[in-house]
Order: sequence, then C-alpha cells, then structure tokens
Amino acid sequence: MANKYLHIHRLRRVYVWELPVRFYHWLNALVIIALIATGFYIANPLAIQSQHEASGQYTMGWIRYIHFAAAYLFFFNFLFRLYWGFVGNKYANWKQFLPISKKFFKEMWYVFRMDIMMLKGKEHMSIGHNAMAGFIYFLTFIAFLVQCLTGFGLYAPMSTWWLPKLFTWVPAVFGGDILTRQIHHWSMWFFILFAVIHVYLVFYHDYVEGRGEISSMGGGWKFIEEEVFERNHHQTPNPEN
Amino acid sequence: MTNDASPNTQPTYYQEVERKGYSRRDFIGFVTMMTAFMGLEKSAIGQVAKALETKPRIPVIWLHFQECTCCSESFIRSSHPIVADILLDKISLDYSETLMAASGFQAEEAMKNTMTKYKGEYILCVEGSVPTGADGVYCMIGGKTSMQILEEAAAGAKAVIAWGSCASNGCVQSAKPNPTKATPIHKLLKANVPLIKVPGCPPIGEVMAGVIVHLVTFGKIPELDRVGRPKAFYSKRVHDSCYRRPFYDAGLFVETFDDENAKKGYCLYKVGCKGPSTYNACGVMKWNNGTSYPIQSGHPCIGCSEENYWDNGRLYERASAFAGFGIEANADTLGKVALAATGVAVAAHAVATNVRKKKLIFELEKEGKQSEQELKS
Ligand code: HEM
Ligand code: HEM
Ligand code: SF4
Ligand code: SF4
Repeated sequence: MANKYLHIHRLRRVYVWELPVRFYHWLNALVIIALIATGFYIANPLAIQSQHEASGQYTMGWIRYIHFAAAYLFFFNFLFRLYWGFVGNKYANWKQFLPISKKFFKEMWYVFRMDIMMLKGKEHMSIGHNAMAGFIYFLTFIAFLVQCLTGFGLYAPMSTWWLPKLFTWVPAVFGGDILTRQIHHWSMWFFILFAVIHVYLVFYHDYVEGRGEISSMGGGWKFIEEEVFERNHHQTPNPEN
Repeated sequence: MTNDASPNTQPTYYQEVERKGYSRRDFIGFVTMMTAFMGLEKSAIGQVAKALETKPRIPVIWLHFQECTCCSESFIRSSHPIVADILLDKISLDYSETLMAASGFQAEEAMKNTMTKYKGEYILCVEGSVPTGADGVYCMIGGKTSMQILEEAAAGAKAVIAWGSCASNGCVQSAKPNPTKATPIHKLLKANVPLIKVPGCPPIGEVMAGVIVHLVTFGKIPELDRVGRPKAFYSKRVHDSCYRRPFYDAGLFVETFDDENAKKGYCLYKVGCKGPSTYNACGVMKWNNGTSYPIQSGHPCIGCSEENYWDNGRLYERASAFAGFGIEANADTLGKVALAATGVAVAAHAVATNVRKKKLIFELEKEGKQSEQELKS
C-alpha cells in the first residue's frame, strides 16, 4: 500500500493563520470594500430625483454613517492586528513585514525573479508570507495608517468624542481639510489596486503551489511538502532567532 | 517712558463713543452684539461694557502690503457704525495708508511716533502678504521693503493680527508659480509677539471687530486653534451651519447651476462647494449686515479662508485636477488608468505563468490526477 504513494508529495498540515488573523482578514476585507463603495459615493453622489421633502430622506446621511461605522471597525481591527503581531504565531509576527535583515532582501529579490519576472529556477516555497508579500503588506499597513490619520482628521470636527479629536493635528499639518480630503481620496486607489493584485496572487499561489493557499485564510491550514518541512522547520523571512 | 507716552492718557472707548454723539443705548447695543459674536455668555456683556468704559484705547498700526484692501473694506462695512467710527476710523488708527488723512513723510512720522511712544502696547494689524522675491522690491513703501517695515513694526507690538487670507496664508498672489514669492507673515515674524490669524478673502467685518474687541476687553489674545485662528469664529465649518445642509444629508444636489434643483435650493456640493472643508462663520454671521452669504445666493463656497484654496483643485468641481496629467484628469481618471494597467499586467502574468511554469503546473496536475486514478481503483 505505502509504496503506491511514494512518488506523490507527502503534505503536512501546518496551522499558519490563527483564528484571530483569519477573523481580522475577513473583517478587514469587508470593511475596506464598504469604505471604498461609500467613499466613492461621498466623493461623487448620485443625482437622485426626488418628490419628497429633504426631511423625508437621508441618503447621504446613511452612506456617511456606514463609512464612519466601517471606519471605526477598520481602525480597531487594524490596531488589533498590530497587537497580534506581537503575541501571535511566527507567521503573524511583525518581523514578517519589515525588511530589516539581509535574508529578507535576498528572499524578496528571489521572489521577484521567480514569481514576477518568471525566470527559471528552483521555485521559492515559503510557509507563511514570502518576503515580497510581507513587504507589500507592510506598505499596506502604511496606507491603513494614512487613511486612518486623514479620515479621523476629517472626522474630528464632526465628533465630540476625544478619540477622533486626537487627530485634529492632521489637517493642520497638511494645510487644511481640502488637501487632507484629496489625500484621503487619492490613497483609496492604493487599496483598490492592492485588492486586485492581492486576490490574483492568492489564486496564483494556489495554482502553482497546490497547497491550499486560497482556503488557508478560511481554515488556517496550509499543506506543506515533507521535504520543505524538513529542510527548514520554520521558513520565515525574519526568523525569530 | 514719560507719562505722555502711556496709553493711559488716551480717552477710553466709551468717552469717544459719547463724544461722537452715540447714546448709551447704542453703546449697549454694540456691546451686546459683540459679546454674542465672540461667543461669550450673556454675563460677559457687563464685562465687555466695563472694559470699553474704563480702558483707554489701544493704538493700532495697520499695514498694507500685497493686497486688494478688501479686508479694510469689509471692516469699515461692519454692521455696527461704532466699529468703523470708534474702533478704527477716528480713534484707534494711528497709521493706515488707506484710511488716514496724512500722507508721505507726515504719515511715516506718525507711524514712527506710535512705535516709539507706545512700544509694547500697540496692536499691529497686517493686511496683505510680504513679497520676498527679488529682495522685496515688489512691495516697497517710503523706500523700505515690506519685510523691513514688518520687522520694525512687529518688534514693539503687543500683538500682531494677520488680516485676511493674504497675511494668514498668502492668498491668491502666492498661488503657483508665485512670481513675487508672496509669503504669509507667520513665516516671517521674527519678533516673539503673539499672532492672530483672521483668514478669509476678506474676513467678515464682524469677525474682525470681534477680534479687536476681545483684545480690548480682556487685554490678551482670544483663544486660538491649532493654526492660530480665533476659536470663537473658526471652529466650525461653513457646512456645519449651512441652511442647505438638510439637502446634503438627504442626498439632493444641484447638478448644474441652471437646473431645477438649483431653483429648489438644493445643496451645492456637486458644483464644487468647499463648505465641508472650510472653517469660517459665514453661515452664522453672514455678510453685509447679515443679509446673505455666498451659498444663500446660490454660489458654492470657494473656501476663501482655507490655506492654498486657489491651488487646491477647482472652484466649481468636487474632484480636483491632477497636475501634469492634462486639465481634465483627476484622481479617478488616473486611478482608472492604473486599474486598467493592473488588469492588463495581471492577465499578462497569468499567461506567462502558464507558459513559463508549464512543467511545474503539469507535474502538479499529474500528481493530482494520479491520486485521483489510484482512488478509483
Ligand atoms: C480603506 C479605507 C478608506 C477608504 C478607501 C476611504 C475612502 C473615502 C473616500 C473616497 C472619501 C471621499 C473623499 C472625497 O471627498 O473625494 C472619503 C471621505 C471621508 N472618509 Fe474615508 N475612507 C477610508 C477610511 C476612512 C477612515 C478610517 C475614516 C475615519 C473616520 C474615514 C473618514 C472619512 C471622512 C470623515 C470623510 C469625509 C466625509 C464627509 O465629510 O462627508 N475614512 N473616504
Ligand atoms: C477573495 C478574496 C481574498 C482571499 C482569498 C484572500 C486570501 C489571503 C491569503 C491566503 C492571505 C495570506 C497570503 C500571503 O500572506 O501571501 C492573505 C493575506 C492578506 N490579505 Fe487577503 N484575501 C482576499 C481579499 C483581501 C482583501 C479584499 C483585502 C483588503 C483589501 C485583503 C488584505 C489582506 C492582508 C492585509 C493580508 C495580510 C494578512 C496579515 O495580516 O498577515 N485580502 N489574504
Ligand atoms: S486677504 Fe485676500 S482678501 Fe484680504 S485684502 Fe487680501 S486679496 Fe483681499
Ligand atoms: S451647500 Fe455647501 S456648505 Fe451647504 S450643505 Fe451643501 S456642501 Fe455643505
């Protein structure tokens, strides 16, 4: 029985994305989509014809309400992810995202040649994020930060709570709300482009690696070849030791 | 300092009010209005009245640099005659190119006198920006550059007021490419004196009067926000006090200036209203003695009291132009182009993957099929 399967890869189940990371991921994806949709509407509302009195409808009001509610979820979810970068497993660790070691740069360069330039060579097989992905997520976190800063900066004058008020310095730095709003609008496009490329690459990895990349954000498992597993017990860009 | 040099020898505001023939009733009316404008409580009316009754007038030097004088115009048109008559025109103003009777050497003398006599006590009002290009030759008065005049006058001032967007932010003459290097005064002040910015093109006359009355009443500058504007007048956005706001919340907008919606008085957001990003008191105080304000007459707010409003996008559009990508391009045009390019890149990558990694994919599939076969048997 056993030798029948010898030429077939032996895959080991690895618990890569813990439940909090998965929860964070899907909440994040959901609120970002909501923020983009409502953001577009706020930027350029539809021309509605109405027979009602203004008091009878609240279209813009609701759209903005959703934007702000989603914004709070987005903000706290983001803070939670930062926290989890210190207490989560090694694949969630903050070191996965920062290009601070030579190894990290080497791996990024390798991924660039193999997966982007499509050069021939030994495939790069990582278990968590590869270094390139980690770095892109790092940029994404910076975009999160920009969006939270400008967003809450714009929100501050509408709020009486101290939390948004902490951000009143942001428009002052950018020289007023007009420019702050434009920056907020421009950086939305980063999220749109990121989402397209990200979803494509998830499918790409699933396709060329065959280890359940797409479903890994569902159940948390990836299926790692025994050889890879033995070669490197935890292949991560910035290993903890 | 001789006794003569002290402002205490000056008549009080109230004495001047009486001398000009205003009644006590007029005076109290004025005080009440100012107290309300400053956002103070009713109990402060007595305080303001007392201050104006007992405090000697503060000498004012009002400088004009690169500007159009609309700030002065706005100020003297302030709704209450006492503002123009007493606060500014006849009494307090020791030097103002526009309003004083003296000219030439006499006028420069008057300014110098005030500066030496009332050192540390006078208020310096600056209207207009300072052109720093070409060593300041674009704006010279009496043989001195505006930079020199500002430095000299600010050195002995008790406080400096930057009137209008020119002095506060540089206004339109500092718009790109800013050939004269017009510079707002907060970037130039070397003397360590408190500065109050009163932006707007022009600022509302009552706001200007309110700032002065505050200085007189309390002897110190009003509470300022992060960028140095008096909170009493600049802490709310035009949008927050706009009477068209219910249409905004309902999502009912003017699409073009001559459409049905414009006649119905819908919100002007989509024709470029900057009310949601502009901090000013227009919706509350209004203009021309409380008659109206731009939005009330069907024109979107252009954000005249905001920094760089002339360079930050177009006046009659929400989306702003993107420099360097043609006049019609805005952030979304650029975004759509980037999105299309990304789509093409992704498709190309997908094709390349199937070509370049053919062997790998083939092996994976073979492995999978093999397992499937073996399960069948
Ligand atoms: C992925 C994240 C986000 C995206 C894509 C996004 C997108 C947008 C867009 C496109 C606009 C319209 C800007 C315009 O006028 O052209 C907008 C407005 C706004 N956003 Fe966001 N946003 C995000 C996150 C946030 C966050 C975290 C906050 C924090 C409270 C926020 C607060 C605001 C506010 C206050 C406005 C102005 C709305 C108004 O005054 O009516 N946004 N957003
Ligand atoms: C069909 C939709 C999506 C799927 C299947 C998916 C799947 C995945 C997977 C498998 C990973 C880990 C892979 C890696 O590290 O390279 C991941 C990470 C990530 N995804 Fe997605 N994703 C989807 C949509 C989105 C969207 C819409 C966003 C937000 C715009 C997003 C943001 C992220 C972020 C920020 C990470 C890094 C996670 C971390 O904090 O460690 N994803 N996603
Ligand atoms: S600040 Fe603007 S508004 Fe005032 S004088 Fe200058 S141009 Fe006119
Ligand atoms: S007209 Fe301008 S200020 Fe008034 S509600 Fe509409 S967007 Fe706001």
